[in-house]
Amino acid sequence: MLDVAKLELTLNGKPIINDLSLHVDKGEIHGILGENGTGKTTIANLIMGTNNYKPTAGKIIFEGQDISGLSVSERAQKGITLAWQEPARVEGLTVRDYLRLSSRNGQADQPERFLLMVGLEPAQYMDRDIDATLSGGERKRIEMASVLAMRPKLAILDEPDSGIDIVALPLLLNSIIEMNKQGSSVLLITHSERVTEISHRVSILCAGTIIRTGPPAESSQWFKDNCQTCLHINEPEH
Amino acid sequence: MSQSTEVNVVGYTVEKEYQGMIDAYEKAGGDKRVLQTKDVAKLVVHENKVLANDPIKGLKIETKETKSGVSVKLTVEEGAKIARPVHLCFGLLPKEGLQEIIMKVDAQDNSQVSVIAHCIFPNAVKVIHKMDADIEIGANARFDYKETHYHGEDGGIEVIPKAKVKVNKGGIWQSTFALSQGMVGKLDYDFEVFCQEKAIAELTVKVYGKGTDDIKIMEKIHLNGAGARGLAKSRVVLGDKARAEVRGETYGNAPYARGHVDCIELVNGTEAVARAIPIVSVTNDKAKVTHEAAIGSIDRKQVETLMARGLDEDKAVDVIVKGILR
Repeated sequence: MLDVAKLELTLNGKPIINDLSLHVDKGEIHGILGENGTGKTTIANLIMGTNNYKPTAGKIIFEGQDISGLSVSERAQKGITLAWQEPARVEGLTVRDYLRLSSRNGQADQPERFLLMVGLEPAQYMDRDIDATLSGGERKRIEMASVLAMRPKLAILDEPDSGIDIVALPLLLNSIIEMNKQGSSVLLITHSERVTEISHRVSILCAGTIIRTGPPAESSQWFKDNCQTCLHINEPEH
Repeated sequence: MSQSTEVNVVGYTVEKEYQGMIDAYEKAGGDKRVLQTKDVAKLVVHENKVLANDPIKGLKIETKETKSGVSVKLTVEEGAKIARPVHLCFGLLPKEGLQEIIMKVDAQDNSQVSVIAHCIFPNAVKVIHKMDADIEIGANARFDYKETHYHGEDGGIEVIPKAKVKVNKGGIWQSTFALSQGMVGKLDYDFEVFCQEKAIAELTVKVYGKGTDDIKIMEKIHLNGAGARGLAKSRVVLGDKARAEVRGETYGNAPYARGHVDCIELVNGTEAVARAIPIVSVTNDKAKVTHEAAIGSIDRKQVETLMARGLDEDKAVDVIVKGILR
């Protein structure tokens, strides 16, 4: 479904993404596990086309087409979406309207059920604005609900667990599994090996490149043994 | 003034201008039934002619036609709680003209009312609409006032709403002025509120400027009584070559008075010009007044968030603009 081939990004003369190749199968939850500063969010931006990031080299192939030159909207219309690590707040936009405009089925969908899937009570949230009156955790869950409403072919989830409390985390992970069961592939970007347990495969990221890919348990153990104690972050030769 | 011709709409006698006003209101997205229903309190004024005056128990509407407009005295009787919103409809259908509304409001002690004013100028090429209001809110009374303008696309209109509002002990004044449909033209909005002990004033202005619209907004709140509270809020979006200057002033002159000035101006285009001048002043050491003002372009992350759900860029910007002006 998604083939990223020899991707590179250099910003202000500094290489951020280096010769990165990645393959996500249709129906796969693919985890990207990396420490802070290894390029996780940059990959999300490059695939979605956000933040004005354009690859210096390489290709991003989605369903057989190079999407590197497409706008964010065009990529979304092809079925790709992104849940931000820190979602935007939009004054005057209600949760209901956000879910409706995200929904592939528009008015036909019942947006309440997407909120329930992430553990938020619709009666308390539907008519609230997506603004600073919501906590970071509430905002993250609403962002996830909007991705669920979209039913994307590929959901890029950037640190979906950050700001989520320990009680809500299983609900959030279940909603990702449910979305996957309903046909969405997922690129699950995180620094938490617990979150990647729901993945089919997990790639380890260091210095803007994938250094290994394998089953979740094996990759998590390798990450614990080699990355969490590493004194040479972003120096994969060590 | 054009010749009036009587027509009949759902069993209710109206004049040709009235029907024109209703049609224009509906075209702008309003629900025309509120202007056609007999049991809703309302006042409809076209140019300097009163077309409908339907008071309700507890609410008196006295009018006097003048050469250039109408003088209105609106009285909410002591203790009266008006259950349904009162509708005021002011407008001018010809391309040119002047409408001056002199408004006196007396919301007596312990009364409660919500007033919705619709100001309709769909064909304006050279029109001036002025309102001078003298408003007094009684002790523990509550007055909600929402004024929405519906303008055409020519922009040949000058709107000059000015009000002095006195809010007595424990009273509440809440007003919203919205001008986001059609061209603004030239706007000179000036509301000044004086709050007594434990009184509350909330002023909100929402304007969408386009073309060569010229917008001046002044919201001024004097917190003169102990425990008085005030909010001066403005939301302005500018495109094309529109210009706006927003002044939000709040004065904390009594112990435990609390005030806030909150101004956001979004500039969507390279030639629009936005200016914000917040003034906060405290003359009592137990008062506290704060302000926040933000001027800038529409947040790229907000736009991309909506684009990532499939909206094209123009539609995403439209959703954000409508949200901030909602």
